[in-house]
Amino acid sequence: MTVSLTIENLSAHYGTTQVLKDLSISVAAGELVSLLGSSGCGKTTTLRLVAGFLQPTGGRIRLGDRDLTTLPAHARDIGLVFQNYALFPHLTVLDNVAFGLKQRGLAKPDRTKRAMAMLERVGLAPLADRLPAALSGGQKQRVALARALVIEPPLLMFDEPLSNLDAKLRIDMRVEIRQLQRANGTTSLYVTHDQEEAFSISDRVAIMNAGRILQLDTPEVLYQKPASAFVARFVGFENLIPMKVVERQAATVTAQAAGGTRLHLSQDLFGPIKDDFILACRADGLAVRREGEGIPAMLGTRTYLGRAYQYKCKTAAGEITANGPLSEPLDAGAQAVLTPLPEQCCILDPED
Amino acid sequence: MAMRIHPLLGAFAILVFFFLLAPLVIIVGSAVSDTTFLTFPPQGLTLRWFANIFQMEAFRRTAITSLQVALLGTGLSLLIGIPAAYALNRYRVELPRWLSTLFVLPILVPEIVFGFALLKSITIGLGLPVFISLVVGHALLILPYSVRVVGASLASFDFSIEEAARSLGCPPLKTFMTVVLPNIRAGVIAAFILAFITSINDVSVSVFLTGPGISTLPIQILAHMEQFFDPTIASVSVLLMLVTVGVMAIVEATLGLTFLTK
Repeated sequence: MTVSLTIENLSAHYGTTQVLKDLSISVAAGELVSLLGSSGCGKTTTLRLVAGFLQPTGGRIRLGDRDLTTLPAHARDIGLVFQNYALFPHLTVLDNVAFGLKQRGLAKPDRTKRAMAMLERVGLAPLADRLPAALSGGQKQRVALARALVIEPPLLMFDEPLSNLDAKLRIDMRVEIRQLQRANGTTSLYVTHDQEEAFSISDRVAIMNAGRILQLDTPEVLYQKPASAFVARFVGFENLIPMKVVERQAATVTAQAAGGTRLHLSQDLFGPIKDDFILACRADGLAVRREGEGIPAMLGTRTYLGRAYQYKCKTAAGEITANGPLSEPLDAGAQAVLTPLPEQCCILDPED
Repeated sequence: MAMRIHPLLGAFAILVFFFLLAPLVIIVGSAVSDTTFLTFPPQGLTLRWFANIFQMEAFRRTAITSLQVALLGTGLSLLIGIPAAYALNRYRVELPRWLSTLFVLPILVPEIVFGFALLKSITIGLGLPVFISLVVGHALLILPYSVRVVGASLASFDFSIEEAARSLGCPPLKTFMTVVLPNIRAGVIAAFILAFITSINDVSVSVFLTGPGISTLPIQILAHMEQFFDPTIASVSVLLMLVTVGVMAIVEATLGLTFLTK
């Protein structure tokens, strides 16, 4: 049974502070959507509202055709995986996994069989009789995953499940989570502050800030076409250069940045350009050349990145970070020209 | 690794132990003295004063009352104390600070004053029977131990476990019984023991709340001593010591003494 999760105009307050503002999001059946943002952006609050640990001050939460908004947490039928695992310390691995089945009134042989089958799937069957204290972090999170999956919930939610694991294990676990989620086709909501994790695991990612969703898109779109300066900065556009159009000629516009630097930009390549706009460029999106058309710059510190050299450049429009080719290392103090590459840059509306 | 101890520090430690243990040795000595008055060192050796306790109806009766009051009082204090400690920890952020102080008041107020206040309020004010007054009085006296000791084990309790149980379909009260209680078991047992010992040994509150026909063992010991100065008192004291040592031995064997000092 796969159903969709619909959150409509959800609001939440802590005391008089509004922490969630009219948040709407819908997760399609079988889809994995991540809520991504820095701490305090409201992502965990959203998850706790859906879980029923917090009460919203407005809006609705629906799972399939069930309205969850006022249901108590234990009646919502949602599988939850916590950051700190939250295993029952007094129960064995097997009893931890069987806990939810017990609440559903399954007879002991039944629940043992299903819990063991689930432990088999996460590769922990040999540890069934251990207590959680005798497990490593990765094993604990696998038990937590098994415990959430074994009740076959229509919705799975993850609250920063990999934050307490080391880097290597984090990558293995996120592949494992994705495989299990795909295999079961369970609709999932995933909360994280780690962009790489969100992008690698999700069908779609919602970037949040100050209790709002700024953009909800596939990782590809978010990475290449952020819709606002905030999202652009969040997904790693190092340079946001405010510009003004000074002249329009057919498809080409001439725009000017602070300090008088002028650029000719083709609307065929960059898309329609308004009079006031922000040119967002990744460091990789600015070609560093000795001469040509572009932003005149004086090169500063050079850093070796392995695939390129990165320069901190002084320009009339402010400091700009750009990556130059390994074949041609330039020294600090050298004069160069930075040329925006349309496929690695985008045009943003400063209003957004 | 051998540690050098300053000779003065060693001498000081021996003195401390001497002053802690000497009275106990004197009591044990006096209890077996074959004289009709308390004396040390013992003259002769006899166990008749121990036998005497069991022949004296007053000691037997008050010992039973003491046990009943301690058991019921401790039970009552835990019944209030566990939920209170839970709420104080679970909603630490939301609840006002003074609320947790409120639950330790009985140990902050001088016991004599507390006993007198209880006499005025529950025995005289509410007109409760003597036995009930004793149970309620003791429960209030030891409530701080229940709240504090249970609270200490709740302070390290991870409340997200409770949320995990809820998300798996376990209703709130059942979650408390099946997930919270088993994980604070050590704290509850420690609270029970501390509260029980405090109740059994209490004089200053009991002295106000005991009434005609109903008394506790420590009060009876005092009453006995006013009339007779024989080794019976010493032998009762030895028995009480043995009970305490026995309880401690059980704690040590089952949980380890360290958790009482944690």
